Amino acid sequence: MLELALKGDRKYWGLVIVLLTFMGVGFAVYLKQLDFGLGITGMSRDVSWGFYIAQFTFLVGVAAGGVMVVLPRYLHDYKAFGRITILGEFLAIAAVTMCILFIIVDLGQPMRIFNVMLYPTPNSVLFWDMIVLNVYLLLNIVIGWNVLEAERNNVHYAPWVKPLIITSIIWAPAIHTVTAFLYCGLPGRGFWLTAILAPRFLASAFAAGPALLILLCLIIRKFTKFDPGREQIQSLAKIVTYAIIINVFFLLCEVFVVFYSRIPSHMSHLQYLFVGFHGYHALVPWMWTSMALMVTSIVLLVIPAARKHEGVLAFACAILFIGTWIDKGMGMISGGFVPNPLHRVTEYMPTLPEILITLGVWATGFFVLTILFKVAVGVKEEVSGVKDTCESC
Amino acid sequence: MENSNRRSFLKVAGITALGLGTKPVLDVFAASGGKAEEPKPEVYKNEKALIAKRWGMVIDTRKFHSKEDLEPMIEACHKTHNVPNLTEPRHKIMWLWEDEYKHVFTHMEHELINDRIKHLPFLVLCNHCEKPGCVRACPTKATFKRDDGIVLMDFHRCIGCRFCMAACPYGSRSFNFRDPRPFIKEENKEFPTRMKGVVEKCNFCAERLAVGKMPACVEASNGAMVVGDLEDPESEVRELLRSNYTIRRKPDLGAGPSVYYIV
Repeated sequence: MLELALKGDRKYWGLVIVLLTFMGVGFAVYLKQLDFGLGITGMSRDVSWGFYIAQFTFLVGVAAGGVMVVLPRYLHDYKAFGRITILGEFLAIAAVTMCILFIIVDLGQPMRIFNVMLYPTPNSVLFWDMIVLNVYLLLNIVIGWNVLEAERNNVHYAPWVKPLIITSIIWAPAIHTVTAFLYCGLPGRGFWLTAILAPRFLASAFAAGPALLILLCLIIRKFTKFDPGREQIQSLAKIVTYAIIINVFFLLCEVFVVFYSRIPSHMSHLQYLFVGFHGYHALVPWMWTSMALMVTSIVLLVIPAARKHEGVLAFACAILFIGTWIDKGMGMISGGFVPNPLHRVTEYMPTLPEILITLGVWATGFFVLTILFKVAVGVKEEVSGVKDTCESC
Repeated sequence: MENSNRRSFLKVAGITALGLGTKPVLDVFAASGGKAEEPKPEVYKNEKALIAKRWGMVIDTRKFHSKEDLEPMIEACHKTHNVPNLTEPRHKIMWLWEDEYKHVFTHMEHELINDRIKHLPFLVLCNHCEKPGCVRACPTKATFKRDDGIVLMDFHRCIGCRFCMAACPYGSRSFNFRDPRPFIKEENKEFPTRMKGVVEKCNFCAERLAVGKMPACVEASNGAMVVGDLEDPESEVRELLRSNYTIRRKPDLGAGPSVYYIV
């Protein structure tokens, strides 16, 4: 099927070349980082995880969010999603690829990465994260490829694929839960030390992932002969609406607990993020922007007339995606490190090399996504030439 | 026919490669046993080695008055262990350093504390916890706790993921954000230097205890810092703990720090 990605129009190749350029630049800067060390980033002794780990965390959510099309299709037999499950699965592949790359670029000694497998350590959450992410990647590759190939050949997918699909549905929340456990089990880091962290991660994942999927569906409809379908997009929009409301609700629960209990070691991080702490406030404008974007998206999404208008929906999904990205990709990780365990403040901002490497990884993910979606859309276009509705999927 | 043979060969080869790569991981899930007991090589301790059931430290802060009083210990430590002198604050490596009471004992500070304590610099270092969060977090066992309570680092196994730094509630760990070697003033050939990309921290001078020497900071402290066996009631540290009121950093977290402060 991969040959479908080798034929495309000028726009397709243009996109591929742009992505390859960003990948090349990112890789060149990464070589510089390999040579010098992680000192070319903005990370420090106090803020020891930064942009890379934050992107990783956000993208685990996007990967898990893909399950929101798979689950209704297979557990609730919601047939309409059959048209787009493949898009959810392929998005998950691209997102997990980025996650793994972000972990690799964050390592001080990446050539030793296999030590994690050579000296397996079950008490380390990172060990489990390695397992769940790789298995999720493998599951989505096997499932996505087999189901799509079956669709192309106009047959039902092999019976052994079904148990894998069910497994992947359970696996999706697992990857994001384990990722939250990386942070929320650490003593002395008051910002993360909360049982609602994993649920919060899942809520934002199930908002951001499907929101991105809606945008991708609209793009596909615009540029290809395959229409993911209005009903499908509207159903996704409802999922996004509930998830983003739950996400903001969870955040407010956190705010209540922290500020009513007034325990300084828990309060100081939220203060730093939203009002500044001892004169340090680099993230304050970002966090309020994030809040404004998320709340605006809720307003637009809960009003049925607005949600049903695809232009408004696209706008709402875009600002929601940016809002949740700021929340997780900027605030969630460095916010946990400021102030540090000695209640001293070292602020963090990514450096230019760090941003270029980050863009390189995003470009790699979108390169994988472009190739996979090209294949998927190619098959859909082929199949729709044969028959109008797909009964087997 | 030829094609299908090639296909099945690739399948078998792929599965085999996957199997070999994941074997250590699968072993974790497999029930123990089944392996023949291999004869273990015997390891002899240096006869002069200082040993303890559980090492601990008591710092008598009454014997310090200013930052200058602490410098000899910090310098002795950093010189002994080839700790680089990096000027960029973000990249600093610290094994032993000083800070104010309100930053060291964050859970115990109050505004009206007496002036001596308020302005007194306190020494901070790895607490060699009984239940170290860093050891729990490390995905490669590059940081581990010895039977005698000392928490050590294997600089050659560390992958530089910095999970241990996030897990340490005392901020005791440093990361080599760049090659530290050009920043070592005088290299001590008795102790290894590190490379970029690995985490490091105080090692309780395990290499000195092993040859019968006291930790470098203790030696330089004129008796203000004492190490000894916390499980031996006759030890000097136990005597100090018996006869003085001592505090530890963040005891409420349950990590069980082994460094005690007389205030």
